[in-house]
Amino acid sequence: MDVAAIIDNLPLYFKGLGITLSLVSGALVCGMVLAIPIGLLASVRNPLIWALPKAYIYLFTGTPLLVQMYIIYYGTGQFEALRESFLWPVLKEAYWCALIAFALNTAAYTAEILRGAIEQTYYGEIEAARSVGMSKATIYRRIILPSAFRRALPAYGNEVIFMLHGSALAGIITIVDLFGAARIVNSRYFVPFESFITAGFFYLCVTFLIVWGFKLWEKRWHAHLRPRDTDAAQKVGKLPVSKPG
Amino acid sequence: MAEPAIVVEDLHKNFGALEVLKGISLQANEHDVVSILGSSGSGKSTLLRCINLLETPTSGRVFVHGELIKMRARRGRDAVPEDQKQVDRIRAKLAMVFQQFNLWSHMTVMQNVIEAPIHVLKLPKNEAMERAKAVLERVGVYDRKDYYPAHLSGGQMQRAAIARALAMEPELMLFDEPTSALDPELVGEVLRVIRSLAEEGRTMLVVTHEMGFAREVSSRVMFLHQGRVEEDGPPEQVFDKPKSERFRQFMSGMLK
Repeated sequence: MDVAAIIDNLPLYFKGLGITLSLVSGALVCGMVLAIPIGLLASVRNPLIWALPKAYIYLFTGTPLLVQMYIIYYGTGQFEALRESFLWPVLKEAYWCALIAFALNTAAYTAEILRGAIEQTYYGEIEAARSVGMSKATIYRRIILPSAFRRALPAYGNEVIFMLHGSALAGIITIVDLFGAARIVNSRYFVPFESFITAGFFYLCVTFLIVWGFKLWEKRWHAHLRPRDTDAAQKVGKLPVSKPG
Repeated sequence: MAEPAIVVEDLHKNFGALEVLKGISLQANEHDVVSILGSSGSGKSTLLRCINLLETPTSGRVFVHGELIKMRARRGRDAVPEDQKQVDRIRAKLAMVFQQFNLWSHMTVMQNVIEAPIHVLKLPKNEAMERAKAVLERVGVYDRKDYYPAHLSGGQMQRAAIARALAMEPELMLFDEPTSALDPELVGEVLRVIRSLAEEGRTMLVVTHEMGFAREVSSRVMFLHQGRVEEDGPPEQVFDKPKSERFRQFMSGMLK
């Protein structure tokens, strides 16, 4: 075991971790911004409206992330028009190509999660909202989306973890993310076991934090689903404790 | 004479080939409590749901305080509201209480009650909270204001739902079998609340199977059978001297 090679290169791993985190968080934010309208439109019961978002979801969940990333990174360079366009400064950078691929990919999965959650909204709650005179937009904003986000939370937690793990693909298009750092260490010292197990350990730690974070988030957002004996209404949220009548 | 609170003229509703309402007319003046009776499938819930357009009537007219809900007829299909803004505005005056309560499950009782006053009536939050406190005390669930619906009993949920309706200060309340989903021992607490609302002079249409309630509380009783009005009159008249054989059968069925 060549521990020294790993210790000497810890700064490289931490740098890689930074790149991984910035790629993943950037992709998740952009992905969510895209996913909300896509998921919403995909849930509308009108083929003219759902056709396009559903096609998008099918396309990006139906092909491997690696293929998507290769098309964006290597594929776009083939076209002279693109090479000469204002997009080229972005598309020639591996980092931005990976970010775009990850964002488009996670957007599709997240949209699909949201679509399912929106369609599961209990219809009586929507009727109650209509019956008090809420407009369609208000019903979406106040009733459907908040309850759909809550339902989507566990599945979204998984998606975040998948995105983190998928982001290792960035390491093969020259980006020095966590996996890229491990590849560099391996090629310099030929210590494949040590170098990759270290990367795996970093991924494990981040995964742990994500799982833990989602657990807290669920505790807050799923208070209305927990059994009463935990007195969820009083322990969670900012509302004051009421005395039992 | 003031405009009637609600007038329904010749309302028809088809679900595909099935004609559920075959020309219903009704009128309720202010302070009227109209109980709507009928066996399952008689169209009573559909009638109520057509009044606030949760179902769009196939044809017919609905006036709320003299204002016609404008509908656009379409050949071979149900009419559609001409002006969704008008529908939303009128709905805000017609509060509906559902059989299944339909509280918003991700909100506490308090949040359920202030939601529509804030986002439909545009009340400031503190005013909505004051109003909510008053109506929740009125129905006796103020001590449960920070509970989520899933943590309440059926009777408490329905009373919270009534509070949510009251917070809109509605001109007309529509009750769609408000006690049918409750355990028998919880029916009383909800009926007491509805009765007290009737006694303070609120205009209400109540679809119900509670004969005692219909007889004692309502000012008028309607009996629907297969989409038509078979009886319509003061409770004494309808219960003691029913004109229709159907209603007699219905009553004897209820007493079994």
